[in-house]
Amino acid sequence: MLAYALKRLGVALLVALTVSLITFSMVYLPGDPAMALAPESASQEDIELIRKIYGYDRPIMVQYLDWLFRAVQGDFGRSHYLNEDAANVIFDRLPTTMLLGASAITFALLLSIPLGVLAAIRPNSLIDRLALSIAVIGQAMPSFWFALTMMLWFGINWRLLPITGTDSWKNFVMPAIALGYYVTPGVMRLTRAGMLEVLASDYIRTARAKGLRPMRVLFKHALRNAILPVVSLTAVQFGFMLGGSIVIETIFAINGLGYLAWESIQRADLPMMQAIVLVLSVFYIVLTLLADLLNAFLDPRIRVS
Amino acid sequence: MAEVSLARAGIPTAEEILEPSPGTQLRRRIFGHAGLIIGAAVLLAIVFAAVFASVISPGDPYDQVLSRKLIPPIWHDAPKATWDHPLGTDALGRDYLTRLFYGARISLFIGFAAMIISGIIGTTLGVLAGYFGGRVDMVVNFILTTRLSLPVVLVALAVVSLIGSSLNVVIWVLGLLIWDRFAVVMRSATQQIRSLEFVSAAQALGCSTTRIILSEIMPNIANHLIVVATLEMAHAILLEAALSFLGLGVQPPEPSWGLMVAEAKGLMFFDAWLITIPGAAIFALVLAINLLGDGVRDVTAPDNRN
Repeated sequence: MLAYALKRLGVALLVALTVSLITFSMVYLPGDPAMALAPESASQEDIELIRKIYGYDRPIMVQYLDWLFRAVQGDFGRSHYLNEDAANVIFDRLPTTMLLGASAITFALLLSIPLGVLAAIRPNSLIDRLALSIAVIGQAMPSFWFALTMMLWFGINWRLLPITGTDSWKNFVMPAIALGYYVTPGVMRLTRAGMLEVLASDYIRTARAKGLRPMRVLFKHALRNAILPVVSLTAVQFGFMLGGSIVIETIFAINGLGYLAWESIQRADLPMMQAIVLVLSVFYIVLTLLADLLNAFLDPRIRVS
Repeated sequence: MAEVSLARAGIPTAEEILEPSPGTQLRRRIFGHAGLIIGAAVLLAIVFAAVFASVISPGDPYDQVLSRKLIPPIWHDAPKATWDHPLGTDALGRDYLTRLFYGARISLFIGFAAMIISGIIGTTLGVLAGYFGGRVDMVVNFILTTRLSLPVVLVALAVVSLIGSSLNVVIWVLGLLIWDRFAVVMRSATQQIRSLEFVSAAQALGCSTTRIILSEIMPNIANHLIVVATLEMAHAILLEAALSFLGLGVQPPEPSWGLMVAEAKGLMFFDAWLITIPGAAIFALVLAINLLGDGVRDVTAPDNRN
């Protein structure tokens, strides 16, 4: 287990390093970063001054290592627009996005796991077909359109829910559904496939033959084993979701990381953009690392291969 | 008794002779699959609208007639509704049906082009990893993990905003970002085929690796490739719509469906159809492509025969 954990940790660190290199290189995407910062009317001396102030005159390798060492210590530079520590701004906004992500994943699991289990108990039945339709439809709906349509019906026509802001839990209902529904098809399919496989296995037949109550067989014996792959999928999807929250937060004016990312992109606030991409990527890397370790801990077969 | 001995002698039995030819069986499987037929029909209709947009459109996608702005679609019981503009007009008086037809061109083109780019990258990486295994597999896995840890929408938005938006930029950014599923599926499909005997036979005959990959492996993983290609085309169309909706994809006055929703956002509480129509168009296109992909998977999967 230790050998596996160390190996997996090494890979995660290497991936994080590569991601940091990619994130850093965003500075050079527009060409000359000093030119990009300078206003149209800036003279050559002004541009040289900007280059010196921001350290763009140093060799690129030195710039990268300097940026990396600061980032490791939690210093992502200053936001060009807000003139604040990028790290502080991010950690101000992060809880809101985490709350949104957690609500969305809760909604997704509450919808998809029961449907997946029901579909597996009765394959090809009406409920199986219904679950499949939900999956197919969910995958095809553009999230922004789904969000706007919900806003129109639940917010405006029926006045059930507030359409913007973060004042109460009611504000999170529609954003969580809009963000979470995209995850449901995958989780549902995986639950269904896992349950179908487990329900056909010998130990389930034994449990039934012993005369255990069907509910006990289903939940204690079958679901427990079928749910394992769902755990790692959920971790992966949670990471994707934080990245995808940019669309939903922008629509519902939720003041989280996604909205901050959109604002920063609008303002060409590069240090802020870099910091957000790096934080979200590292978060995803840590999440998948934990999921892999948990799986290896629960299932010894993974450790060996 | 007679039948048993016939089968033992390798002579086809009566049932085998009466069995329809493989071609007929395939045709039956295709036309018996409702999802596949519906998906193909809707997709064909949208492709038709895109290709012949200039012929079948009632107007011009860029022509602004401010005196005729915000005419509702014909199913609205409003005095302004007219058959001149079956789906109404937008806030600048442009015919909505026309913009919808021309928008299909953009969605299909971006989706297809991004899918081709990501397909080439992902298939190359996946087949190499699956065929060679070992170190190559490790390197490909590493690249894949790195790519997966980057948030797609965020990186796409940031890159497009930094280098400036255009049709080509959107296509390349999406193509370079969404190859991951190609790599994953092609890798495991190649691993399965690689261990089969005909590959060993080709190796024993002294075929070059290029030849083995191109003419022994590729034809056998083609059905997986088609399925992933449809899924990724749908994915690219959804991402383009999201990018355009956020103002960093296709730029005005081009009639991208995502951009049409964005332009109508301010008016959605008064004229909901302005966002309903382009949104439904994206939904229909993506659903059709996904149904087609699922259908191809069902029809070509060997387990589903008989």
